[in-house]
Amino acid sequence: MKIHIRNGRVLDPARHIDARQDVFIAAGKIVALGAGPDGFHANRVIDAEGLVVCPGLVDLAARLREPGFEYRATLESEMEAAVAGGITSLACPPDTDPPLDEPGLVEMLKYRARGLNRAKLYPIGALTAGLAGERLTEMGELTESGCVAFGQATRPILDTQVLLRALQYAATFDYPVWLFPQDPFLGRGGVAHDGEVAGRLGLAGIPASAETVRLATLLQLARDTGVRLHVTRITTAAGAAMIADARDQGVKVSCDVSINHLHLTEMDIGYFDSHAHLAPPLRTRRDRDALRQALADGKIDALCSDHTPVDDDAKQLPFAEAEAGATGLELLLPLTLKWGAELKLPLARTVARITCDPARVLGLEAGTLTAGACADLCLFDPQVHTRVTREALRSQGKNTPFLGYELPGQVRYTLVDGHVVFEARR
Amino acid sequence: MANPQLNGHGELHHLLTIEGLPREILVKILDTAAPFAEVSEREVKKVPLLRGKSVFNLFFEPSTRTRTTFEIAAKRLSADVLNLNISTSSQTKGESLLDTIDNLSAMHADMFVVRHASSGAAHFIAQHVAPHIHVINAGDGRHAHPTQGLLDMYTIRHYKKDFTNLVVAVVGDILHSRVARSQLHALTTLGVPEVRVIAPKTLLPAEVERMGVRVFHDMREGLKDVDVVMTLRLQNERMQGALLPSPQEFFKFYGLTPDKLALARPGAIVMHPGPMNRGVEIDSAVADGPHAVILPQVTFGIAVRMAVMSMLAGG
Repeated sequence: MKIHIRNGRVLDPARHIDARQDVFIAAGKIVALGAGPDGFHANRVIDAEGLVVCPGLVDLAARLREPGFEYRATLESEMEAAVAGGITSLACPPDTDPPLDEPGLVEMLKYRARGLNRAKLYPIGALTAGLAGERLTEMGELTESGCVAFGQATRPILDTQVLLRALQYAATFDYPVWLFPQDPFLGRGGVAHDGEVAGRLGLAGIPASAETVRLATLLQLARDTGVRLHVTRITTAAGAAMIADARDQGVKVSCDVSINHLHLTEMDIGYFDSHAHLAPPLRTRRDRDALRQALADGKIDALCSDHTPVDDDAKQLPFAEAEAGATGLELLLPLTLKWGAELKLPLARTVARITCDPARVLGLEAGTLTAGACADLCLFDPQVHTRVTREALRSQGKNTPFLGYELPGQVRYTLVDGHVVFEARR
Repeated sequence: MANPQLNGHGELHHLLTIEGLPREILVKILDTAAPFAEVSEREVKKVPLLRGKSVFNLFFEPSTRTRTTFEIAAKRLSADVLNLNISTSSQTKGESLLDTIDNLSAMHADMFVVRHASSGAAHFIAQHVAPHIHVINAGDGRHAHPTQGLLDMYTIRHYKKDFTNLVVAVVGDILHSRVARSQLHALTTLGVPEVRVIAPKTLLPAEVERMGVRVFHDMREGLKDVDVVMTLRLQNERMQGALLPSPQEFFKFYGLTPDKLALARPGAIVMHPGPMNRGVEIDSAVADGPHAVILPQVTFGIAVRMAVMSMLAGG
């Protein structure tokens, strides 16, 4: 299959390219930009007039709910949602049921995903057996079966000696470790940021110190062990600053933020809107503004969807009883564009945070449009605004605090390995 | 964001929290309650305002006192009252909260009086009931207990007449108290110029100053020249552990004793939402003394609940 994408605005943030160019694809790879190779006869020509042609998006956090929670979402539904959102590579956290702590489970998941021919799946293996925080998993075996990093999702390792050993062991083999920075005791029982809103509404709070206290531990142990640490879902201004400082001092640390925390604050809880019940919690406006700037400055490496499909039965409950989480795969691009526009960033810098930057965190070749790279692409119309509605979402998770928002950016085509895996109906 | 308690004409449709209600509505409730206080003194304690209406008391959390006063209030208005004690544990095993609400709505209730252990439960139910049903929050988690807040305001107005020259202190476990939150919103809305909270740091919500109050940790300092002392119940499970070392030590620092009360203005009144822990948050000498208006609070509570019900259902 040979594809010629013509008249598009080609954006390759990794190489700071933003130019009107044609893209030529053959045998799953990008073969040329600009002028086609001699004798190139396309089987298909895609007219990308008015469209941005960028690398397929890379999402660092998408819960696909398999295995174990198929009533919430299935690999089919969520992979469909991913490519509809322009996502071509995604990392999934290990908090499935059972957790991704055995090679067989990881192989099965990879196999199922491959069979669907949609986005590429990169599982994060469990760092400890059953995510229980006690025994290390067979990280070598898990790596061979396809895990690209190890983590605990949002489950804690209470015993700091186990934590140290896990980081030492992972560092031995240079396996990246992804950890969630929330002190399990300071955050215990909390459902919202411990601030003005939780105080007024009588909701149990999670103080900002739950993040900074845990981060202090993680950063110190990362420094001592030399492990490659990726901090997932940063929420506070102070936390982002700690990570930036540690990196300046040579600690091998990266971090990400979710689309929810980039745009919303504790105020969005309003009158107990359970759509805004998220884990980690939405913080203050000051935190939100600092995260937006830190992401622009590159102090936060990447933006992710933190896609967590929750069914209506688990969401339509009083705030504290409702399950935390929001759908996100199809909102990643629009909310990234919204952020970039609000901060008046160049489009290439905006798109970098969901393409080449997360690809670097994952250690993937993806996220760029050089000749010879995998033809994973997203073609979107930056001018079209669409309203977020339950009906329009392909994900089985219909709950998001952004329902009703008008957001910019409509994905028109998604290509994975040179195949059109999504094409918007016109 | 539209206030979910008000209808399109700015009138009260549900009573979920004091927060965000205009002062005029609070004053109207207090004014409406006054003649009902009189009804309760009569030989025949009944008026026909809610005749033919059905009031469902939905108590997802056990309560005797509050449920009883709501029941009396509804019966004195001639409503039909149905008490449903739905324990939360049996609910989690089977029917969802939404299904429960749908089923009860189908029984043609006109009003739900709701008590639930989860903050925001009353808002949640109000969002999901049929449009003709009115919801009264009888206590949701730590969030709000608006009729308690209103009956406290009625009591203050009864004894002090004017809110705008008072110093009022709320003492004790503010963090876990829905009563305290409703009191603070009511006091600031009604124009009390100085509202104080007195508690150790473990029992104060984050950024409580943002609710328009002055914070004191030293009770003697906080009680200086106050006109009204509102004590709160300290729940048993909070008395020892990481929040407080012991009930004895709480009493030592924050128990209302005659010598501490002596720092208040001479005609100060002492209130408590009940049930009291004597010797923990309040000394018996104060609870039974001349400053206490704790029993009148209970009496006024019925009148205030009658006022709220009649305003909601009477239109």
